[in-house]
Order: sequence, then structure tokens, then C-alpha cells
Amino acid sequence: MENLNKTPLYQQHVDAGGKIVDFGGWALPVQYSGILEEIDAVRNRAGLFDVSHMGEIVVGGEKALDWLQSMLTNDIGRLVDGQVMYTLMCYPDGGVVDDLLVYRFNAQKFLLVVNAANAEKDWLWLQQHCWQGIQLENTSDTTAQLALQGPEAEAILQKITDIPLDQLGFFRFVHEANVAGRSCLISRTGYTGEDGFEIYCRPDVAAPLWEAIMEAGKDKGLLPAGLGSRDTLRFEANLPLYGHEISPEISPLEAGLGFFVKLKKEADYIGKQALIAQKEAGLKRRLRGLEMLDRGIPRAEYPVYNEAGDQIGVITTGSFSPTVGKNIANALMDTSYIEEGTTVLVGVRNRRLKAKVVKLPFYKREAK
Amino acid sequence: MNIHQELKYTKEHEWVKIEGNRVTVGVTDYAQEQLGDIVFVELPDVDDEIGTGDSFAVLESVKAAADVYSPLTGVVAEINEDLLDEPALVNSEPYGNGWMVVFEVEDVEAIEGLMTPEEYSQFVAEQE
Repeated sequence: MENLNKTPLYQQHVDAGGKIVDFGGWALPVQYSGILEEIDAVRNRAGLFDVSHMGEIVVGGEKALDWLQSMLTNDIGRLVDGQVMYTLMCYPDGGVVDDLLVYRFNAQKFLLVVNAANAEKDWLWLQQHCWQGIQLENTSDTTAQLALQGPEAEAILQKITDIPLDQLGFFRFVHEANVAGRSCLISRTGYTGEDGFEIYCRPDVAAPLWEAIMEAGKDKGLLPAGLGSRDTLRFEANLPLYGHEISPEISPLEAGLGFFVKLKKEADYIGKQALIAQKEAGLKRRLRGLEMLDRGIPRAEYPVYNEAGDQIGVITTGSFSPTVGKNIANALMDTSYIEEGTTVLVGVRNRRLKAKVVKLPFYKREAK
Repeated sequence: MNIHQELKYTKEHEWVKIEGNRVTVGVTDYAQEQLGDIVFVELPDVDDEIGTGDSFAVLESVKAAADVYSPLTGVVAEINEDLLDEPALVNSEPYGNGWMVVFEVEDVEAIEGLMTPEEYSQFVAEQE
């Protein structure tokens, strides 16, 4: 663990009994009390995650908006000040460089939040395609990030901030918020399928903020939650994971993320022509949900077969889902087999187990 | 970590209880702790012939699948079917109701890699 990057919350994780693992070069907790207990906390009460390993890039300049429109698949022009948008960034062939969140401060200033594992690659890619007059600043090392997620998240955070959180809409943010006496940015975003907040701050205030939030959540059943539960939570809610549901080889259309790919957007962003061509030609494969009918757990990279025994796809993520109470998976499959109810076979070690195609997401929280 | 005095242990973190030619095998408290929440157990069929070093069962946690290896050559006499419906028994009672398989063994002497509780305790300490 000595050679790994540590977030400013490393000591908090160790003190809370976190089981520390090497997560893409970062020493982070996979779990504290147990993955199932942490998932339960996030779904029914609240969980606090350290996501300081995520990458942050600030984009500035008069043409910042136009430039982002040329780099990203979603329509950044629709964003208003104080709003966040999910988007993808593609290669010319339509494969995915990364998926990310874009925060708009104003038309000349944006914040991009990218995957930790891709942060360096994204930074190079953005620099490579940068226009004159655009300022890029990599603030990953000077930004810590906490994610407070779950139905009690608002009540917990409200105890320690004056920002009226009931007025902060989904995918909106407050730039200069004060939480427990510390300056930070709060957005109503997250990666669990629950209501919740992501809180960005300077590294030196991350630990006191963590302690203050844990204290505020004590009587609400707040638990620290690790990356193990985070992955299952995002999977249950059908939120993609780079390298699994999307990658340089898997386009956002194949991954079912067409809503975030604006093919009719005026700007000619990188990958647009390839994605239009892919759509016009018809998709050959598509991401679908599978539910196991036989006993067994599907895992990433297990093959999927038709009943004749031909391989027709591959699992991208699979797990026991505690919230749904079933063994479920995402699979990238030949479009001949994606109709709901179709029976397929998953190669689980040396056995072929029956599964059926089901609707995504597996889990959706009830609307308020 | 909990280690039972009346059992023997393997380097793959199974515990072994020998009663005549019937050998019960499960995984240790240390193993279940390392694996985390067990959500699925794949067991062999009764009458399956298992060789030394073969994977005879699979324990799946939320995040990963782990093989369980046989320290012996034998025939599966009993499986713990309770684990199919309640895999978490491996976590809560690794030495009790979380037992996995009973083997019938011809040559009990040939069981490989067994350690006394003291030796196993030492072995785990070296792993940390």
C-alpha cells in the first residue's frame, strides 16, 4: 500500500475499520462493516463515500462553451448556470474516451468531473484538442470529494449548512456553500440511484468535513460506505462503469446511452459522424439486463450463449443484487436476442445457466 | 479470529474434521472474513469423486467468486443444502452450520497439508 495514492481521508478509513485495497493505484476502502450492510444503509438511510480519487478539470475562456460542444456528446448549450449534466466524450470512431459530469458556473467557466482511472488520459486528450484561448486547469490534486447518498442525505446535510437544500434541484449545484464552517461546492448528484449530494472541497478540509457529516448523521443511521457497495449500487440503478458498460470498443449507443448523445446537435463533436453512421446502419449489439433463472452469479466477461450454443454476447457487470434479491447482470448482446423475455445461457465457469432478458434499470427509487 | 481447537486446518484456509473415514470440510473464520458477505455457494453433487487439490465448491461474495479446494481424494457423501438458501451461514457460523461438504475417504492418512490449530494460527499471522 506504500506506493499507492492516498486521499486526504485515508486515516478516516483506517480508523473506521475500512478494508483498504489497491483501487487503480489508490488506497481506498472496499468496505467497512460489510458490503450488504452498506448497501442497505444507502438505500434506506444514508452512506458517506470518499470519492476524492475522481479527476477534476476546470475549463475557462470566452469560447469555453463552443469548445466543450465540440468535445462532448451531450448538448452543453442547454446548461444554465448552476446546473450539472452527464455526458460522454468520444473518439472519432464513436468509442468512449470517458463519461463525465459537466458543471456550468457561467458561459466562460465549467468544471469537468472525470473517472479517476481516466483522469490522466482525459487531461491529455483535452489538451491535445484544445483551442487557442481556452484555459485548462487540472485541479484533481487540489480537490477532495465526498458523496453523501441516501434518503436521509438531505436531512443530514441540512444540519450543518445554511443552504436551503430542499430548494436545490436534482443535478443543480451551489458553488460557494458553507458546510460545517468549511467552504465547498455542493451538487445534488451521485452514483447510487438515490437522492444525495456530492461535496467538493480543498484537501485540507476533507477530514473535518467527513467528521462533521458522520456526526450529523449519527442518529440517522449514516454509515461510511466503500467502493464495493458503490459498484453494486450504481449497477442496480443502471449507471454505467467505464471499462465495463462503456469503453473505447463500446459506443454509447450500444450501451443504451443514446439519450446523452445528441446526434442532431449543431456542433460537430468528435465521434458524431461515426455515431450517426452506427445508428443509421443499425446496432449489431446492445446492452441488456439479464436475470438468472438457474442458480449462479454471472460476472463480468462471462460469455452469453443462445440455446443452440453459439456465443451471442458477454457480461459487462454481474452480481447478486441485495436490493432486488436476485442474481442479475448487464450483457452486451447481439441485437437478435435482446427482446424482453428471451432466454439465453450464461457460461458460469464450466456450466451454462439459464437467464432471461429483462428491462433496465433493475432498481429505481420511488419518486418523492 | 476464531480458531477451533478440535479441528485441523489447510493452507487454503479450510477446516477439516475427521471422524473415521468421514471428513467434514468448511472454510475458516479467517477465510470468511477475507471474502466478505457470502451471497452464493456452489456445492458439488453427492457421489461426486473429488481429487486432492480439485476445486469442489465455489464461494461467491458480492464482488467475487472464490474456489474452495479439496485437501483429499474422496467421494462426496453429504452436502450442506442449507447453504444454497442461506449462504450467509458461512459468515456467521463458519465452523458450525456453515460446514460445506462431508467426504468419504479411503485413505485418511493421505489428507494433505493439515495443520494443528497452533500451526494454522501461526500461518495466518504470517499472511497478515
